[in-house]
Formats: sequence, structure tokens, C-alpha cells
Amino acid sequence: MYKAKAKLGGKQKAEEVEVRIEDKGVEINDEELLVANHNWDAPVTGTIYGALLNYQGTMEAMKDELTKDPYKAPPKAPILYIKPQNTVIGHQMTIPLPDDVEELEAGACLGVVIGQKAARVKQAEALQYIAGYTIVNDISVPHESVFRPAVKHKARDGFCPAGPWVMERDAVPNPDQLGIEVRVNGKVQQRNNTKNLVRSVSKLLADVTEFMTLDEGDVLLVGIPENPPRVKAGDHIRIEIERVGALENVVSKRGNQV
Amino acid sequence: MKKARVAFEGDIHHATESSSGLQLENGKAVNEEEVVWLPPVEPKTSFALGLNYMDHASELSFKAPEEPLVFLKGPNTFVGHRAKTYRPADVTNMHYECELAVIIGRQAKNIKRDEAYEYISGYTIANDYALRDYLENYYRPNLKVKNRDHCTPIGPWFVDAADINDPMNLSLRTYVNGEIVQEGSTKDMIFTVPVLVEYLSSFMTLNPGDLILTGTPKGTVDTKVGDEVITEIEGLGRLVNTITDEDS
Repeated sequence: MYKAKAKLGGKQKAEEVEVRIEDKGVEINDEELLVANHNWDAPVTGTIYGALLNYQGTMEAMKDELTKDPYKAPPKAPILYIKPQNTVIGHQMTIPLPDDVEELEAGACLGVVIGQKAARVKQAEALQYIAGYTIVNDISVPHESVFRPAVKHKARDGFCPAGPWVMERDAVPNPDQLGIEVRVNGKVQQRNNTKNLVRSVSKLLADVTEFMTLDEGDVLLVGIPENPPRVKAGDHIRIEIERVGALENVVSKRGNQV
Repeated sequence: MKKARVAFEGDIHHATESSSGLQLENGKAVNEEEVVWLPPVEPKTSFALGLNYMDHASELSFKAPEEPLVFLKGPNTFVGHRAKTYRPADVTNMHYECELAVIIGRQAKNIKRDEAYEYISGYTIANDYALRDYLENYYRPNLKVKNRDHCTPIGPWFVDAADINDPMNLSLRTYVNGEIVQEGSTKDMIFTVPVLVEYLSSFMTLNPGDLILTGTPKGTVDTKVGDEVITEIEGLGRLVNTITDEDS
């Protein structure tokens, strides 16, 4: 049993919960709760940064394009984007399907939650700056080109489910060795492992904090594995990350606010 | 009214412009050099526009975009008036960008351009430095170019929207060491402030405190360590920044 930080619906503060992943149970103040029976707010409040093209499979699939227009050369620095505050929702909340699109891409990400202000950290010390890990579904409107920033594709309301909790760092002995499984309506649609990252978690933290400071509470998404599943209205998405937990959300036209 | 957020004698204060400099909310008068100027708003979601002035787009050999070229910035990049911005030793082209910054005052979804001004609470000046050596062709311009620590000075003031008669007709100027190097007018924006509010709110909710940095006109040239860069917008004031290296 490991400790995690969770924000249960309606409470102002995150609280410490004890999590047993095997039987999907949590314990709060010695009381046992079933995850499905509670409302979970997103357990993170800082800025959420994502890393693009950070799985070897994605780079392999793009390898012929990387040297051609408009890219001209393979990327050198980490390519980052931001999931702004309007995108963040919790476990079991509805992902709104915008009126102008039929399908979305589910982006199964390990979210690294920063525990202390991190500037120019050395790779060997990087893991010390981590408070814990969460699961993030980095939703996108499918887009082929990655030449221009994809704000319209990635920053729509409700496009960043996160949770259910932030699992403590010590529950994850090696963040570069975590199985990821995505199910849509109960059927496995994607399997991958963080061992396939281009930049490992510690390398990514070192390379990002070389030019920008991550604050306590910020989240760094380590990347979306290749072949992210497409989802449509009514689909139930479940992203499970080994040792961290499982995040579930349903896509709905009715959740659409904008 | 012009308002500022400043640190003074160990506390953070809200200040207003006065004839002698600044007046804190407790009535105390202070001058500009006595305080540490913080960004006038604590930025939430912060948008910036690339290539939003025709003359700047042609200066960089780009044709004007058909849709606004928008990117996002994180809170780490903002720094207040009279701050220092670090220039890495390996950089050969680090240029300022004087920009009108729009501050959202009310939650905004699906707002049409003719109602857009009702959702704006104020304006300020941003200097959106770009370090062009780090440009790559992925999600361009990417965060290594545009979201470095302290590379977006903002301020000095939050200027009430009511005090700005026509935000689409303000002159912008940048001075490096007292010499004028960039000059333009917000009337030459490709996508105007109301169009940008309509565009962004058509696909996402804007919230109070969100910022839109609306792009820069032509005249962007390299700066050196030690340069004093002043970005100025008619009616909003003058935002001072100094370029520094790692040692100083």
C-alpha cells in the first residue's frame, strides 16, 4: 500500500490517501472507499507542460519526414507545449467533444509532478525533484503537422483529464520502466512502456530545466506513445499506468461547453 | 487608472500612479526606484501571437498567416518592470518584441468580435524576447525560444480598459540605450484585439487574468549584454529591461 495525494470532490485541499491498486481501493482515515463511487477533482494545480515526439516509435514513424520540409532537420531540444487551466478535469469527468470534430485522440501520458522548484537540474539528481506521478489523458484534435503550435488542437476545454491521484515518488522505483495500457470501451487499443521514451524522465527534466524553471506543483507529461487510439462520442477511455493507477473518462457531446 | 504590483519593505503591495511616483494602498508615497516591480497581473493562461503585423511577417520572410499563429507561455517567463533578462553566451540573435498585452476580465466563451471589449479589463506592455538561435521547426516558435525564465518582461502598469480610447490605434516604440529602434502602430495588426478574443473564445474558455500578447511590428534587431531596452506604448507607459549575462 502506498500513499498518494488526492482531491476528493468538494474538498478545498488535497488529502493523503492510501492506495491499493490491485483491488482499486483507497483508504482515507482508515475508511475504505471504492474509487468508482467518489468524485475526484484533478489532483494538480500547477502549469502542465507536455513533451512532443518523445517515444521512439513516434520518431521511427516520422523518420522520413524529419529531414524534409517544413521540418528540415530532426529536433534537437525537447519540443514542449502547454495544457492550460481550462483543459484540466478530474477522473471520471466528461471529456467534451467539440461540435466541429468527430473524433479525438487519447494521449496516454505519465505525468511527472514536481516537488520543489527545479532549475538547471543535473540528470543524476533529477528524480529528487519529483513529488510523485499521475496519469494524464492528453486529448488532441487529430493533427498531422507539428510545424506550428497546436493550441486549437490541444487546448480546448476539458482536454486534459488528470488523476485520480498523485502517487508518491517512492511507489515508483523506476519511472522509465512503467507499462501503459489504454482501453476503449473495455477493449485494449494501445500498449506501451516508458522504457521506450526518447528522453528518459531524468534526461527530460534536465534538458527542460536547462532553459526554464519548473515550479513546485507543475506537471511534465513525458510524451504520448505512438498510435494513440481515436475516440468518439460515448466512448469510455481507461488509461492504466503500472504502479500509478488508472484514469477513466467518457467522451460526450453533452459535455461540450464551448 | 494605472495600477502596479510592487514589493516594498518585505511585503507585496498594490500601488497606483501618483504625481511623485507611486502610492501604496496604505497611502504611503514611494518612488519608482525604491520598489521591486512585479508583473502587474499574476498571469494565468498566456497567449502570444506570432507574425501578427504585416511588416514584421515580411521582415522575417513569412507571408501573413490565414489563421492567428498562437502559442502559449508559462508563468516562469514573466518578470516585472526594471528587471534583468539573461542572455546565454552562445546566442547570436536575441531580439526584443514590443507588444500590446490584453488582460481578460471576465470569463469568455464564444464571444463575437463586437462584444469583445466587454471582456477586457485592461492593458499593459510586454517585451516578448525571442532567442532565434534556438528556433526549430516543431511547434514553432517553441518554448526554448519563447518561454525561457524572465524572458518576457511585462508592465509597469495594469491600465484600466476604460482609460484607453482605441486600443487599435496606439503607437509602439522600442529604444535600445536611448536610441529608437522599433516603431509601429497597433492599427497595423493583422488580427485585431476583438478578432483574437473571438477566435480564441470560439474553441476554448478564456478566464479572468488570462493574457493575450498581440504580436510585434517590424524593427526587431539583436541586443547585447548591458543593453537597456525600453518598450513603450502610447497611454500605457514605458517598460524598462536590461540584458545581462550569467556573471553579472
